Amino acid sequence: MKNGAMPAKPVLRLDGITKRFPGVTALSEVELALYPGEVTALVGENGAGKSTLVKILTGIHQPDSGRIEVDGIETRLPTATAAQEHGITAIHQETVLFDELTVAENIFLGHAPRGRFGLIDWGRMRSEATELLTRVGADIDPATPLRDLGIASKHLVAIARALSVDARVVIMDEPTASLSQTEIEELYDLVERLKSDGKAILFISHKFDEIFRIADRYTVFRDGERVDAGMIRDVTEDQLVTRMVGRSMEAIFPRRHSDPGEEILRVAGYSHPTEFADINFGLRRGEILGFYGLVGAGRSEFMQALFGATRPSRGAVKLDGRIAVIRSPAEAIARGIVYVPEDRGRQGAISAMPIFQNVTLPSLSQTSRNGFVRIAEELALARRYTERLDLRAASLDQAVGNLSGGNQQKVVIAKWLATKPKVIILDEPTKGIDVGSKAAVHEFMAELAADGLSVIMVSSEIPEILGMSDRVIVMRDGRIAAEFDREGLTPEQLVRAAAGYEEVAA
Amino acid sequence: MSIAEGTRARHVPDRLQSRSGRILRSWEVLLGGIAIAIFIVNSLASPYFLDPWNLSDATFNFTEKAMIAFAMALLIIAGEIDLSVAGIIALASTAMGWAAQYEAGAAGLICIGLGVGVICGAFNGVLVTRLGLPSIVVTIGTMSLFRGISYIVLGDQAFNGYPSDFAFFGRGYVFWVISFELVLFCTFAAIYGVILHATNFGRQIYAIGNNPTAATFAGIHVARVKMILFLLTGVMSGIAAICLTARLGSTRPSIAFAWELEVVTMVVLGGVSILGGAGSILGVVIAALIMGMVTFGLGLLNVPGIVMSIFIGALLIGVIALPRLIRLSRTGRVA
Repeated sequence: MKNGAMPAKPVLRLDGITKRFPGVTALSEVELALYPGEVTALVGENGAGKSTLVKILTGIHQPDSGRIEVDGIETRLPTATAAQEHGITAIHQETVLFDELTVAENIFLGHAPRGRFGLIDWGRMRSEATELLTRVGADIDPATPLRDLGIASKHLVAIARALSVDARVVIMDEPTASLSQTEIEELYDLVERLKSDGKAILFISHKFDEIFRIADRYTVFRDGERVDAGMIRDVTEDQLVTRMVGRSMEAIFPRRHSDPGEEILRVAGYSHPTEFADINFGLRRGEILGFYGLVGAGRSEFMQALFGATRPSRGAVKLDGRIAVIRSPAEAIARGIVYVPEDRGRQGAISAMPIFQNVTLPSLSQTSRNGFVRIAEELALARRYTERLDLRAASLDQAVGNLSGGNQQKVVIAKWLATKPKVIILDEPTKGIDVGSKAAVHEFMAELAADGLSVIMVSSEIPEILGMSDRVIVMRDGRIAAEFDREGLTPEQLVRAAAGYEEVAA
Repeated sequence: MSIAEGTRARHVPDRLQSRSGRILRSWEVLLGGIAIAIFIVNSLASPYFLDPWNLSDATFNFTEKAMIAFAMALLIIAGEIDLSVAGIIALASTAMGWAAQYEAGAAGLICIGLGVGVICGAFNGVLVTRLGLPSIVVTIGTMSLFRGISYIVLGDQAFNGYPSDFAFFGRGYVFWVISFELVLFCTFAAIYGVILHATNFGRQIYAIGNNPTAATFAGIHVARVKMILFLLTGVMSGIAAICLTARLGSTRPSIAFAWELEVVTMVVLGGVSILGGAGSILGVVIAALIMGMVTFGLGLLNVPGIVMSIFIGALLIGVIALPRLIRLSRTGRVA
C-alpha cells in the first residue's frame, strides 16, 4: 500500500491559519498536513474549529492569516470553485445533493461532459457515471432520480461526485453518522480504495473505533488550537480522548443510583396508519427509559405523535393517572411533555434568532406580563438554564446559527428545561456531538432523573442505551419488539430484538 | 474574547454590542438618512414643498397604503403574503357604494367596509391555513376574484352620493393641518410597532417566519397566528377602503388599482425580509414617508406618473443592494 522507504510529501499543507469571528477566535495558528495515500483523522470537540477548517479548505471561509500550500506552492482558495480546481473536495455531514435530479446529473453538476455547441453530452455522462459508480461499489442506475435512493446510496453518489472532479484531497465530515453497520463496512472498503488510488483523506469523526480502524495519522483540535498530531499507531484511545477534552475521562457514563417512583405516564394502544402500531408502555418518575431500534423502526415517528406534532389514529395517554388528550405540541408542553428532536436545525433551533429568544420561546407566558415581553426576565431565564449546561457563546443575544452543533443542542435542551417539564423525550440527544459534550449531556440526564424528571431517550447507540437506561424498549417495524430491564442486559439481546433474529417475549 | 483552556463555568454576557452601536448600524438609520436627503432635495427643488398645507396634502399619498403595509409587514415577516389587498379595497368600496344607494349612514358604511375586510381576510386565511395552499397563489386568485365582483356590479358605472358626514374619514382635519388619516396612520404605526416588537404574539411571528417547523415544535399555534394576520390585513384593507372612498367620494371598479405592489414595495423598502423572519415597523414607517415624499416632490415638479414609478423601482433596488455592495467592497464577497 504505502512505500515505506520514501517519506511522501504532503499534498496539502496549512501553516499558522487563524480565523476570527465576532467574539470568537475559531482557529488560532493551526497547522495540518495531508499526505497522498493516507487517512488523517481530525478529532476535537464541537466548537474546536473542525468545521471552520473544512470551510477554509473548501473555499467558503477565508483565513485571516496563514499559509495554504498545495504541492508545496502557496495558494489561495477564494471560492468553492477554486478549491475544486485544486482537487480539494468535501463530503459533508448532510451532503448537498439535489433530490429532483438524477444520479448522473448530481455527479456531474457543474462539470458535465460537453459535446458539440457546448451542449451536455448525455450519453458520455451516463457511461462515465456508471464507471464512477462501479468504482465506489454502488449498484445504482445513473438515470434514477436521487430522491428514490436511501441515505447510504446518496452517500455513495456524493463520493462518486467527489471522484468525478479528479479530487486529490477528499474531506469526509462524519460520513458514517447516518449509516447502518453494513453500509459503514462498505464505506471503509471505499476509503481503502481511495487510499490505494493515492488520495489524501481528511476524516472527521467522533467515533473512535472507526478512527483506529481506518486512519493512519491524527490531528487533535481543542478550542481552535492544534494541540497534538501524530501517527495513530503511536497512540491509544484514552490518550486521544484526554488530548481532545483536555482532561481525562474517568467514566464514560455517570454512575447512577436510580430509584424510580410511581408511574407518571401510561401509553395504551398508540397506533398510526403507516408508521407505528399498538404501542403500550409505562414510565415512572425519575426513570430513564431507553428506546432502541434500527433507523426506520418508527421510534421518532411515535415520539412526535406522543408530543402532538402528528396525530395517532388510535390510542390513549394517561398522565398522572388521568387521560390526557394531546392534539398539538402546545398541549403536550402545557401538560409537561417536551420533545428534543433529532433534527436540530429544522425542528429544534431557530438559527437566525438570538440564544435567549430561542430559550424562552415555549416559556413566553413565564417571562411576559399581560402578553408583553420583558427582555430582562427572558435574559435571566435563559442565563439560568444555559449556565447549567455550560453553554459556550459570545453573548446571549448571539444568533444560535453561529454556535457549534453541541452548543446548539445545549440551547435546545435549555429551551425545554425552562418549561419545567415532567417528561422529557430526547431523540438521539448525542448524535453528531463530540465526546466532551456527550459526557456533559449524559451527566445532565442523570441529574434530571435524580431530580424526579422522567426521561425517554431514543438512541441508536448501544453503549448509550446500556449505560444510561433503567429500562429499554426495543422497536422494530413500528411495533414494540421487546422490553428489558437494564440488569444483565447484553448488546446481543438488543441487536437480536431490533433485527428480529429471534422472537423475545416482551 | 480568548478562550480560556479547561475552565468549566464561563460567563456569557447578555449582549456583545451596545444597543446604541447596534442602532447606528441599522437599516432604519440608513432609511432615515435617505428620507432626510429627499426632504432637503425636495425643499430646494420646489418653493411650494415646505408649505404646511402642501405637506399635509402630501401625507394622503401614503397614509392609506401604509396602514395596509403595517399589517402586511407582519404577514410577510411570518412568511406569508397577501396580494389581494387592493382587490379587498375595491370590493369593500363597492359594497359601501351599493349600501349608500339605499341611504346607509356613515356608521353603517364603516361597518360594511370593515365587514367586507374581515370576510375577505378570513377567506384568504382559511384557504392558506386550512387547505395548506401557498398564500402567493391564493391571493393572486382572490385579487382578481374580489375586484372581478366589483366589475360585475359596477361595469363602467360609478357609485356616488355618499353621505356628507362620511367625507370626514377621508378629508377631515383633526387639528389645523393634521388630517384624520394622518392621526390614524400614527395610531396604527404605534399599535403595530407594539404588537410586533413588544408582545409574545410579535415574537411568535418572527419565530414562524424563521422556522415554522421549530415554531410548531415550540408549541406555537402557527395556523392560528397566520389566520389572525390574514384577518388583520383584511381589516386594514377595509379601513383603507373607508378612507379612500370617503376621500374620493366615489367608487369605480378600478379604485386602488395595483396598490398591492406599492404596499409590498413599502414593506420591503422598510427592510422587511421578503423571505420572512426579519423586519421592523419603524422601517416601514420611514419607507412610507420616503415614498410619499418622492411621489409628492416629483408631482410638484410636474414629473409624469410613469417616471415616478421608475424612480420608486430604482430606489427599491438601490436600497436593497446597498448593504450587499458595502459588504462586497469590505470583504470581497457577497454572502
